[in-house]
Amino acid sequence: MVKVTYVAADGTRTTVDAAPGSNVMQTALDNDVDGIVGECGGAMMCATCHCYVDDDWTEKTGERHDGEDDMLDCAADEVKETSRLSCQIKLTEDMDGLIVHLPEEQA
Amino acid sequence: MQNVVIIGAGQGGLQAAMSLRQEGFEGAITLIGAEKGLPYQRPPLSKAYLKTGDADALSLRPASFFEKKQITLVDGTHVEAIDRAARRVMAGDRSFDYDHLILATGTRNLRPPIPGAEQALDLRTLDDALRLRNALDRPMRCAVIGGGFIGLEFAAVARALGHEVTLAEAAPRLMARAVSPETSERFLALHRDMGSDIHLGDPVCAVRADGITLKSGTEIQADLVLMAAGVVPNSELAASAGLAVDNGVVVDTRMLTEDPAISALGDCAVFPDPVTGRAVRLESVQAATDHARLIAKRLVKQVDDPYGAVPWFWSDQADCKLQIAGLAAEGDDTILRPDGAVFRFAGDRLSAVETVNDAKTHMQTRKRLAQGPVARAALEAAEFDMAQV
Repeated sequence: MVKVTYVAADGTRTTVDAAPGSNVMQTALDNDVDGIVGECGGAMMCATCHCYVDDDWTEKTGERHDGEDDMLDCAADEVKETSRLSCQIKLTEDMDGLIVHLPEEQA
Repeated sequence: MQNVVIIGAGQGGLQAAMSLRQEGFEGAITLIGAEKGLPYQRPPLSKAYLKTGDADALSLRPASFFEKKQITLVDGTHVEAIDRAARRVMAGDRSFDYDHLILATGTRNLRPPIPGAEQALDLRTLDDALRLRNALDRPMRCAVIGGGFIGLEFAAVARALGHEVTLAEAAPRLMARAVSPETSERFLALHRDMGSDIHLGDPVCAVRADGITLKSGTEIQADLVLMAAGVVPNSELAASAGLAVDNGVVVDTRMLTEDPAISALGDCAVFPDPVTGRAVRLESVQAATDHARLIAKRLVKQVDDPYGAVPWFWSDQADCKLQIAGLAAEGDDTILRPDGAVFRFAGDRLSAVETVNDAKTHMQTRKRLAQGPVARAALEAAEFDMAQV
């Protein structure tokens, strides 16, 4: 298991255990973390699982996937350099301790 | 308003419950679903799930969510009647009182009156998908009835898994209801290249124990027959309660039926298209969830805005992600951009854009259509660059 911490727009931190192989969006939904919607179920058809990867973790989570940029263009909140669709961040063992920040708005 | 009852625990019904809480509704929410278990996503059933069998990935919200948000989920329960005078719904020996009722009953698979049709499998529920997956545990000859999204998505997965696939479509082209002739052609080529045997304009007239028979007389041998001939809205409950039904539950621009205490959403609702005013019924996650948000806003915040979301659809077939932004009618004009994007026009107005593996154009179109109509002349002047109109 790996630990993932979600930091809500108001600063609330929620840390949950996740299975490697799952993604950051599904992990949030499975653990009742508010602030991630994931409307399309990870099909990269919406931008309602937008997150900002903590600066210390951007190397581990890697580059945006093909098409992710285009979807992020339609995100409800500000898109930063660290913006990702959380459904596209697949958890691996070396992401234990990952921190992502959530935007105020998703839809 | 104290009690909201939602009939139908699919993605739209669940979204209505979630949006009610998000908007600040503090009364009771009862979500009644016909299937057993927690609400789940249907779109992956004909895509990722068929390949992976990972049912956990279909989960929309865990059981703890319903407790935390105080949403009472009544699963495995068929509602039999609505008593509009008493504002009560009846399900077996139980009844549920409502101040507002939301119909999110969705659709069911169409079973055309073909001899032997009962032998064909469906692909609509998780149970259906599980049954199909189990049947595909060894090399099979699959016959698919219907060349719409579901039939084609299944065909693509089955071929990729090494099964033989024959698909029969009654119409002269694939996905005829949803896409332009150009996109139909493109996907026909894709499936034929994958090795699927596609029969067009040749309706199935019998399902046999060992395959299907087409109207032309062609006999196709198969071990497994999938019925993917479209759906019918579950509107009987509304009809027997005296509500207007015409290819679905009829609602106004606010998703409200003629009874001010009953709304309807998603696949079962027929509503005025915000652009043309035409009565439409959409089968999509987007419409279901956007309807749900609108209804929740109206009920909680008394916001009376008309529904105006831009429709969008997608289908994954092999390595092709088809995306549609907007809503075209059959017979709309078509202009093919050199890179393959298809622009559709109702007269001078852009009605929809169909793209394959081109999320940029798709999202540009969704954004732009949300701002208002796009004229054909403007697009032509911009050489069909959506970012420039």
